[in-house]
Amino acid sequence: MGDLRLMKGNEVLAEAAIRCGCDGYFGYPITPQSEVMEMLMFREPWNETGMKVLQAESEVAAINMLYGAAATGKKVLTSSSSPGISLMAEGISYIAGAELPCLVINVQRGGPGLGTIQPSQADYSQAVKGGGHGDYKMIVLAPSSVQEMNDFVDLAFELAFKYRNPAMILTDGAIGQMMEKVELSDYKKRWTDEEVIEKWGSWATTGKPSSRERNVITSLELDSEKMEANNQRFQKKYRQMEAEEQRYETFQIEDAEYVLVAFGTSARVCQKSVEIAREKGLKVGLLRPISLFPFPKNIIGELAPKVKGFLSVEMNAGQMVEDIKLAVHEAGCTRRVEFFGRMGGIIPTPGEVVDALEQNFLKE
Amino acid sequence: MDVKEIIKPENQVYGKTELLTDNVMHYCPGCTHGVVHKLMAELIDEMGLQEKAIGVAPVGCAVFAYNYIDIDWQEAAHGRAPAVATGIVRINPEKFVFTYQGDGDLASIGAAEIIHACNRGENILVVFINNGIYGMTGGQMAPTTIERMVTSTTPCGRDTELNGYPLKMTDLVAQLPGTSYVTRQSAQSAPAVRKCKRALKKGIKNVLDKKGTSFVEVVSTCNSGWKMTPVKANEWMEENMFPFYPLGDMKDSEKDKPVSNN
Ligand SMILES: Cc1ncc(C[n+]2csc(CCOP(=O)(O)OP(=O)(O)O)c2C)c(N)n1
Repeated sequence: MGDLRLMKGNEVLAEAAIRCGCDGYFGYPITPQSEVMEMLMFREPWNETGMKVLQAESEVAAINMLYGAAATGKKVLTSSSSPGISLMAEGISYIAGAELPCLVINVQRGGPGLGTIQPSQADYSQAVKGGGHGDYKMIVLAPSSVQEMNDFVDLAFELAFKYRNPAMILTDGAIGQMMEKVELSDYKKRWTDEEVIEKWGSWATTGKPSSRERNVITSLELDSEKMEANNQRFQKKYRQMEAEEQRYETFQIEDAEYVLVAFGTSARVCQKSVEIAREKGLKVGLLRPISLFPFPKNIIGELAPKVKGFLSVEMNAGQMVEDIKLAVHEAGCTRRVEFFGRMGGIIPTPGEVVDALEQNFLKE
Repeated sequence: MDVKEIIKPENQVYGKTELLTDNVMHYCPGCTHGVVHKLMAELIDEMGLQEKAIGVAPVGCAVFAYNYIDIDWQEAAHGRAPAVATGIVRINPEKFVFTYQGDGDLASIGAAEIIHACNRGENILVVFINNGIYGMTGGQMAPTTIERMVTSTTPCGRDTELNGYPLKMTDLVAQLPGTSYVTRQSAQSAPAVRKCKRALKKGIKNVLDKKGTSFVEVVSTCNSGWKMTPVKANEWMEENMFPFYPLGDMKDSEKDKPVSNN
């Protein structure tokens, strides 16, 4: 048995960062995720693994510190919640444009504006469509348990470095604040400077030796032909992610006539909804997207011809539902795709979801 | 002496440092950026820092600094260079990290980042080109634009009632305990260039000695933006900018001089 603990989701993010050999964290306090930095400051990883932690003067500064540190080929992350992520959008766009790996965690709260500190999934579109200016994508992973908060930190870094692209863990205040049993990962060593040069010396700003050309990290290219070529390279990368990184989990899907589609906290709710519906004799299953970009559209395409309909259950006004519709359409199908959601920091109840299913598909 | 004799290495009195690339600079003739680039390239070369140096370029006319000095570079978002440099140096404390920023970049959109980086005493050199104007976007008012100075957004001259007062960023950062060396220089004449180089060298040395932030302002000309000939721009700067932005060291922790005297 590994290192079993009872811990808060936010604290686990911090612990997982230390253990996966992270070099640095830059952040700015905001509810409901301040425990990430509090835990890091309490743990003092600079004494243990050498990981540095810095409280920045704003989210704008934090994301740009991340941009600087990521350019040197090191493993770095930040975390924030919705309003702070909006402030980071410019920086994330620069990071994507300069093709740097890093991890950004969004522990979502309800919006728009200052909104509420209660959990929400209203930043889905911001996360999966890019969020800042320009055509770019982040790899977006959505944990639905404290265990996945642990596991996805390492996974996000692996994917970020594989594609030289920012990755995001998109979670919410419920999972961030929730305590659950978690098996912590084993410690991985931080890369030494020599290892960083060996792995990423071809592009990282590690200081120019005479043996190579200077490395320049920039998103700027004033020659339109070249800038289009850059964009084509990015798009190729995003298509490769779509081909290779679609992740999801299914629950009671084999004989399902109706499929609930939900991620993160709403997926936890829907698991119970499936049980309630099954007790009523309804053949209902659950599809839980784990990677939100790339969206697991292949499985939706596979399910579409076999089922009578999909119900997207989200803690927002209906954002992922658009991607489900697209996936069904791309599969050449005409299945009904409906939506049920609560907003403003409210988590739907399992019963409400079953009611919505019946309302949408089984009335008259 | 014939030409062959003159160009013999032993007769050479001046050479271009190899760290300055052969790329044709995009700066206008008369612009101060080119001179300060040359000084930084020379110093990095003379001090043997090429392998240690990471430059952070701003958004502004110096956005392409990375085309001219042969070291590793990162191009920051507008105003964020001090945060980018913080990220680099915190994770790589053995590197020599510097930002190179204009006055719009440093004193306007990036005011928060520069104040906090200096206040934390990040171990970086900040090179601050104060030409009193937004050069790159075509000559709009900067926070440093002096009273009554004409720019494209102050066509009748800077009116403090409408636009507020010019901001002396260097005086501000000299107050902060995180800075070790704060100075204001210029580069319009040979003696000024030599002094400026000494100041930059001192700033670099302080960073290598891990003394915290060194901040070198260079009062500069933007003759295109100011719509003057290079010579006229230098005269105008001496007459109008120097009285408001007096040259000299404001803080030198080595000499333990009192902070700011303006
Ligand atoms: C977020 C953002 N806002 C505005 C701009 C447009 N912009 C580019 S350069 C610049 C001003 C630069 O002036 P300064 O920092 O004084 O440098 P100079 O060009 O005079 O050297 C502005 C406003 C931008 N690139 N990004």
